[in-house]
Amino acid sequence: MEELLRSILGDTTLVYVIAAALPLLFILPYALVTVWLEMKVSAHMQDRVAYMYTGPHGIAQPIADILKLLQKEDTVPGMADKLLYTLSPFFVFMGTYAAFAAIPFSSAYIGSNIDLGVFYIVAISSLVVIGILMAGWASNNKWSLFGAIRSVAQIVSYEIPTALALLVAVMITQSLNLQEVSRFQEGGIQNWVVFGGPLPLLKKLLLIPFTLTAFVILFIAGIAEVNRTPFDLPEAESELVQGYNTEYSGMKFAIFYLAEYANMFLVSAVAATLFLGGWNSPFGDFLSGPIWGFIWFVTKGMFFIFLQIWIRWTLPRLRVDQLMYMSWKVLTPFLFACIFAVGLILVL
Amino acid sequence: MNEPKVLPTDYVTKPGEFKTSTGKTLRTDEMIINMGPQHPSTHGVLRLEVVLDGEIVVDVIPHIGYLHRCFEKHAEHMTNYQQVIPYADRMDYLASMNNDWAYALAVERLLNIVVPPRVEYIRVIMAELQRIASHLIAIGTYGIDMGAFTPFLWCFRDRERILDLFEMTCGARLLYNYIWVGGVSHDLPPGFVEKAKDFCTYFRPKIKELNDVLSFNEIFIKRTANVGVLPKDVAINYACSGPMLRGSGVNWDLRRDDPYGVYDKFEWEVQIGKGEMGTVGDCWDRYMVRVREMEQSVKIIEQALAGIPEGNVQSAIPKRIRPDRGEVYVRTESPRGELGFYVVSDGTASPYRIKARSPAFVNLSVLPEISRGCMLADLVAIVGSVDIVLGEVDR
Repeated sequence: MEELLRSILGDTTLVYVIAAALPLLFILPYALVTVWLEMKVSAHMQDRVAYMYTGPHGIAQPIADILKLLQKEDTVPGMADKLLYTLSPFFVFMGTYAAFAAIPFSSAYIGSNIDLGVFYIVAISSLVVIGILMAGWASNNKWSLFGAIRSVAQIVSYEIPTALALLVAVMITQSLNLQEVSRFQEGGIQNWVVFGGPLPLLKKLLLIPFTLTAFVILFIAGIAEVNRTPFDLPEAESELVQGYNTEYSGMKFAIFYLAEYANMFLVSAVAATLFLGGWNSPFGDFLSGPIWGFIWFVTKGMFFIFLQIWIRWTLPRLRVDQLMYMSWKVLTPFLFACIFAVGLILVL
Repeated sequence: MNEPKVLPTDYVTKPGEFKTSTGKTLRTDEMIINMGPQHPSTHGVLRLEVVLDGEIVVDVIPHIGYLHRCFEKHAEHMTNYQQVIPYADRMDYLASMNNDWAYALAVERLLNIVVPPRVEYIRVIMAELQRIASHLIAIGTYGIDMGAFTPFLWCFRDRERILDLFEMTCGARLLYNYIWVGGVSHDLPPGFVEKAKDFCTYFRPKIKELNDVLSFNEIFIKRTANVGVLPKDVAINYACSGPMLRGSGVNWDLRRDDPYGVYDKFEWEVQIGKGEMGTVGDCWDRYMVRVREMEQSVKIIEQALAGIPEGNVQSAIPKRIRPDRGEVYVRTESPRGELGFYVVSDGTASPYRIKARSPAFVNLSVLPEISRGCMLADLVAIVGSVDIVLGEVDR
C-alpha cells in the first residue's frame, strides 16, 4: 500500500499520514455498526426491539449518540490529575489502533508488512493497560482505582494464554508475518490452521484437536483482553459502578468506547487471521481476490463480534479469583500441552 | 474451588507494613469505601460503609434511613383506619398486596370480624400473584448483580403479565389500595379467572427457561454457592424470616405454621435450602428457594382459582371503624418474610399506635455477620440474596 501511495504522491510525509489513517476509515463505520448491532442483538435476546425511531430500525441511533457525546461539556473532576486524566483515553485508543498497522485486511492492503507482525500486535496492544491504569489513578475515585487494578491484573494474566495460543498457530505456519500467515492458508477451508493447515492428511488429523483447543482458548482470552462479560470485571457495573471510566463523560468517554470496540475487532481479526485463513475465501479460488479478500476478512471478524455479543448477553460475570484461576491454572496448562503436542507432531 | 471460604486467622486488620524485594518498607492500610446510597447494586438507597483490604471485605456497616417517610407516625394521624392502607402500599412497593393484606388482617382481628369466603380466596390469589411478581424482581436483579442482564428482562416480561392482571382488577399496577379492611375494593372483573389460569400455564415453562439460563449456569453457581453462608442458628438468632430463613434449611413458613386466610385448604409444600450446590444457607440456596416458591405459588393460585366461591366482596362494617380499646399483633408471610403489624386502638376512629415489623429490615441486620471476609464481588451477591426493599427497611 505504501508503495502505491508513494508512486502517486511522491516521497512526502503525506504518504505516511494517509497510510496511517486508512484503518480509521474502517474502524469508525465499523464501531457505529457494531454499537447498533450490539443493541439489536441484545434486544432480540431479551424480547425487546431496541432503537426503532431514529431511521429505519434505529439505524442512525449510533450517529445520534456520537453527536450527543460531542456536544457534552468536557469536564474534569476537581481533584483529578488533569494531565493523566486527559491523556488516558488517547493512550487506550492508541494502543489498540497501533496494532491495526499489522493487520492484513486483504491480500493487497496491510498497514505495515513487518516480519514480526504477531509479536508486534501482542506487544503494542499492552499499551492499553497503561492507559487504563492512568485513567483509574487520575480519576481520584476509589471505584475507578479498583477497576484499574483489576484491569491490569486481568490483561497481564490473559496475555499469556493469548500469546501461547498464537504460538501454536505460528508453529504451524512457520511465520510471524501476518500476510505470510494468510498466504500459507490459501486454497480453501481445509487449509485453515484451525483444521491443521495445508499439511499431509495424517498430520492434519493429528493436529486438529490441538489447533481447535488453541483456537477456543485464544477466543476466550481475547474476550478477557477486551474486558467483556463474563470477564468484564474492570468495569463490572454492579460492583464497581463503571470501573476505570466512572468519571469520564463526553468525548473522552466516547474514545474509551471506541477503543473497546476497536479492540473487539482486533482480537477477532487476530483470531481470524491466524486460525481461520484471514482474507482467504473458504472456497479456494472461488470469490477470491483483493476485494473479496477484504469482504471475507470483515465477515470473519464480524462473526467473532457476534459471538462476543452473544456471550456477553448470556453469561454472568466471574469473580476476581476465579478469573485468575482460569487463566493460570486452566488455560495456560492446556496451551502448554497443545504446544508440546503440536511441536511433536510437526517434527515427526 | 467449592470449599466454604474461611477467614485466615492471622488476618491483619490494622495498618501494617510490607517489605518489598528490594528491602523497602511500604505502609499498608485498609480502604474505607462507600457503597451507596447511589450504587447500582444496593437495590435502592442503602449505604454500606465497607472496610476493604484489597478486594477482601473486612467489615460492613449498613447505614439506612435514606427513604424514611414516617409511615408509623403518619398512620396515627389518619382520620380513619382505612386511610392507612395507601401508606401500607408504599412500604414494600414490590409487594403492595401482601402489605395491604397484613394491615387489613390486623384491623379485622381488632374488630373481631370475619370476611366473606370469596374475599379470602381473592386475597390468596392476589397475594400469591404478588409473591411471584416480587420474587421475579428479586431473581432478575440478582442476575444483574452477577452480571447477567438477560434474565432480568425476561423476569420483567413475565411480571408484566401479573401487573396486567392487577391493572384489570383495580386499575393500578404498583400501588393497588385493593385489599380493604373487611373485604376488597372491587370484585374480580369478568374474565379474570380465565386470564389468571392462562398466566399459570404460560408461566410454568418460563421457570424452566430461567433455570436453564441462570440458576444452573456454571458461572452463576460458582459465584453463589458457598458464598455468604448463613448457618441455621445464626439465622434464627437474628430473627431472619422468609426465603432468608428457609434458605438456611429451617422449615418455617407462616402460611403453613400460623395459617391465615384460606392457606390451610390448599396443597403445597414449603421449600427449604438443601445445600445442593454448596453449603446449606449459601446465596444459591436462598436464590433457589425463591425460584421454587414461585412454582408453589402457581400451584396455590391454580387451586384457589378452581375453588373460588361466589358471594359478597365486602363484609357489613360501618364506614367509620371504631375498634374497642385493645391491641393486636398479626404476622403474615410476605415475599420477604414475616411481615407483622402491631396495632393499638384507643377506641377512636384512628389508630393510637402502629408498628410494622418489616422482614427486609430484620434480614438486613445479618448482613455484616455473613459478609466479613468475603470479596467485594461476593458482598454484592450477598446483598442481592437478602432481597431488601428499601421502602420497607426505612418505612
